[in-house]
Amino acid sequence: MKAAVLVFPGINRERDMARTLRMISGRDPAIIWHTETELPSSTDLVVIPGGFSYGDYLRCGAIAARSPVMDAVRAYAAGGGLVLAVCNGFQIACEAGLLPGVLMRNARLKFICRDIFLKVERSDTPFTRGYNAGQVVRVPTAHGEGNYTADAETIARLEGEGRVIFRYVGPDGARDPAFNVNGSTNAIAGIINDYGNVLGMMPHPENHVEAAIGPTDGRGLFAGLVEALDRAA
Amino acid sequence: MLGQGVETRNRLKNQMKARVTVTLKSGILDPQGKAIEGALRSLGIVGVSAVRQGKVFDIEIDGADRAKAEALLKHAADKLLANTVIENYRVEILG
Repeated sequence: MKAAVLVFPGINRERDMARTLRMISGRDPAIIWHTETELPSSTDLVVIPGGFSYGDYLRCGAIAARSPVMDAVRAYAAGGGLVLAVCNGFQIACEAGLLPGVLMRNARLKFICRDIFLKVERSDTPFTRGYNAGQVVRVPTAHGEGNYTADAETIARLEGEGRVIFRYVGPDGARDPAFNVNGSTNAIAGIINDYGNVLGMMPHPENHVEAAIGPTDGRGLFAGLVEALDRAA
Repeated sequence: MLGQGVETRNRLKNQMKARVTVTLKSGILDPQGKAIEGALRSLGIVGVSAVRQGKVFDIEIDGADRAKAEALLKHAADKLLANTVIENYRVEILG
């Protein structure tokens, strides 16, 4: 895996992400500053990590989405390259037009910082091959604006095309408004683009990968990506 | 001092003030507006039936061509100031 982790001013989860990528793939990712206009030529995974790019000014992710490196990411994604966008990264990807919809202020207005449960809707994507479809995973989440919204037509298309990859559920996997922590439409926590090579998700799988810290449910996502890339190579 | 005054006048002549107002589309949940609504109620300010929060951008534009300025601001709003998935915007040239 030759991952590239993007860094914008105000991003603060890039080191957690780099550490996890190194641990699971055995290789250090390239760290790419937002003013770069190209990605390293051998890049096979671009990661847009979490944080507070530009202090969440204007709208979360809005300014980062217009930085020079994002033109390179759009071109890379258009060529089929894999992009993993987590938390603020998901907001950036939406603002950049890589994914549809928008992440609004959490419905109950609170910043949420705790473990949540996700149902993995599909296992036949490069991002989820390390899981079984229907599996429930426990991962941390930390955001104030994760309330996924899009127009009714877009939601219908996402659902119809099976592009909702993760949903907020209870520990038993059942949909329950009490566990839809931020009020997202249809409890959507993660989606892929129409081509299936860009995943955006609010929770942080990179923070649940070490037994010393707690659950390791996040490993599946990265292990699955390594496997998918090895098979492609 | 005299020279400076002329310069200022020229600069004023070649600049326009404009305002872009960004509001949430109807039907989009606005939890911040709801919280403000609740706060007004708790302050005893009665008669407010709904609050929607938006943004105002006061912008200075070079030149004196209003049509050009309007087109420029629409471009700016579409590209950055508003997210048209959830927001509407209005452009005003104030003079």
